[in-house]
Amino acid sequence: MDAVKQFDLAQLTVREVNQYLHHELSGSGAARVEILHPDGMHSIAAGLDADVAVDIMGHAGYFIAGMNKRASVTIHGNVGWSVAENIMSGVVRVKGHASESAAASGHGGLVVIEGNASSRCGISMKGCDIVVGGSVGHFSAFMAQAGTLLVCGDTGPNLGDSLYEAVIYVRCTMHCVGADSREEPLEAADEAEVARLLSAAGMEFSPREFKKVASARSLYHWNADVHQEY
Amino acid sequence: MTRSFSHEESAGYNRHTISYIRQAADCGLYDIRGMGAKRTVPSFDDLLFLTASASRYPLEGYRERCETKTVLGKRVAKNPVELEIPITIAGMSFGSLSANVKEALGRAATEMGTSTTTGDGGMTPEERESSKTLVYQCLPSRYGFNPDDLRKADAIEIVLGQGAKPGGGGMLLGQKVNARVAEMRTLPEGIDQRSACRHPDWTGPDDLRIKIEELREITDWRVPIYVKMGATRVRDDVKLAVKAGADVVVIDGMQGGTAATQQVFIEHTGIPTLAALPLAVQALEEMDACEDVQLIISGGIRSGGDVAKALALGADAVSIGQAILIALGCNHDTYLQNGQEFDATSDYEKLGTAPGYCHHCHTGLCPVGITTQDPVLEKRLTPEVGARRLRNYLQVLNMELTTLARACGKSNVHHLEKEDLVALTVEAAAMAKVPLAGTDWIPGRSST
Repeated sequence: MDAVKQFDLAQLTVREVNQYLHHELSGSGAARVEILHPDGMHSIAAGLDADVAVDIMGHAGYFIAGMNKRASVTIHGNVGWSVAENIMSGVVRVKGHASESAAASGHGGLVVIEGNASSRCGISMKGCDIVVGGSVGHFSAFMAQAGTLLVCGDTGPNLGDSLYEAVIYVRCTMHCVGADSREEPLEAADEAEVARLLSAAGMEFSPREFKKVASARSLYHWNADVHQEY
Repeated sequence: MTRSFSHEESAGYNRHTISYIRQAADCGLYDIRGMGAKRTVPSFDDLLFLTASASRYPLEGYRERCETKTVLGKRVAKNPVELEIPITIAGMSFGSLSANVKEALGRAATEMGTSTTTGDGGMTPEERESSKTLVYQCLPSRYGFNPDDLRKADAIEIVLGQGAKPGGGGMLLGQKVNARVAEMRTLPEGIDQRSACRHPDWTGPDDLRIKIEELREITDWRVPIYVKMGATRVRDDVKLAVKAGADVVVIDGMQGGTAATQQVFIEHTGIPTLAALPLAVQALEEMDACEDVQLIISGGIRSGGDVAKALALGADAVSIGQAILIALGCNHDTYLQNGQEFDATSDYEKLGTAPGYCHHCHTGLCPVGITTQDPVLEKRLTPEVGARRLRNYLQVLNMELTTLARACGKSNVHHLEKEDLVALTVEAAAMAKVPLAGTDWIPGRSST
């Protein structure tokens, strides 16, 4: 019974590896799975629903760890679009940078991008937590409904456009916020939340350095006076 | 004869237009409503069947078997969708419809051996339990979208748009966002919910191909993946969907309905179903994909005649939304509760409308209990009553379909073909690419 199971995507297909993770992992005794040579391949470790640690040893493509439940997936490199899209629970950590739409529509769990994330990070998020060590691109947290996006670097234009109940914390420069989002005072509860997320992500900054952005809730009901912003 | 101009209505500024301008000026808001386009457009009504006589012989209408079985998603899925009839129920959300209605749809579809479809807002336990074959929509909003329900689905439908509002996102006004709907959609109760018009995790067709592969991976390549689009640039869009890997393409013509959107979308976007279907078929033919990829057409399918014409033009199946609601009692003047019939006209009056004219699905105050989340109103349609009515309706459509197929000499409804049709108008002939009745002329085609 191996505690660590290793797969080489130079020898196997993503489909074969995912089949193992979906159907054979349970009961195999493996507590950790290592995936070698991801080489930009897509959908690796998509649809996991198991208490397992998965290490992807290199750069990977789109939809890595999509719809993750329970598993802890670490990508030791950069990722393409939509890493951890629709994550339900567990942890997905990117040691490098992430392309567009990281953690899009994530419902739960924690996504950590140690480097930068591109545009639309946290778009449509529905309850997950996202911590970005670097900066995020434009329209991040667009229409974000619930959960928290914490950015340790800068944010691009239109941050939190059409925001619902999700909350954003930003450490450095905010380019501009989007429609119906606004900066709010950082209160003690916010500092505690920032500290919690930084601790979970393994990042060391002072919570007091962060600014808070939340919804102004002015677009929650039809309003003729907001014109094109609705 | 002297012509009187004192009461002559302007064609450009008739009472309807004046009312529209006045309301816009009064309120500063555009009209939002439910249902589909009300304008007259070329439709399946403009086609006729050339049934059998001396040159073709018919099948015996009451005795000879006419096959209606339909298989969708044969390309790569381990478990294609197998239906008893080629008539499916379109995606309509819990939120726009009551939970009772969703259950009724599932029960009726199961009894008739066909599929029903979720909608914007996720899958309810009632509809999963009541539906033998359930298609799970993956929409831009991703409300309630989760891997557990994804794995319970019999097919996945990636929605790029719908006929009533191609290019626009969904909408559910606050009065319909009750506690249960709000929880399923992770939204505050009572707010006006706006859905995105683009998917959050991919944009172009190349990304869609990778998205489809991801969904296949998550579901272990078990179920077919449909791609649904509103009918606009149909030929290009179908080709891109097929290239992206769709097992089934769903094209929703401009007559397709909605629970709520801007009136300007409903009446001024997309192309008629009659025009869209031949373009979709042409795209599949040009890609040599007719055998691999199935085509579902929707938007304004009301009768067995419409179904037969859609199949003759090349669809593998049809999908129905608005007519399903009307079968359930939408726009009826009465409703049935506890075995008793009640008059609903005063409730229509409260909405400023009357039975036969209502399109107020967006208000949540449906007088017959269909498009509502109101606990009093939703009792006006029970799953039992709804399922019975809907089963009857689907049965009639199927009987009409097979009646026409037999009369055309076909022992399988999928053998109906374009050669069986002629058009009543030049416009319909040009769109459907069938001859004008009594001629060999297809507008746009050079004569031989």
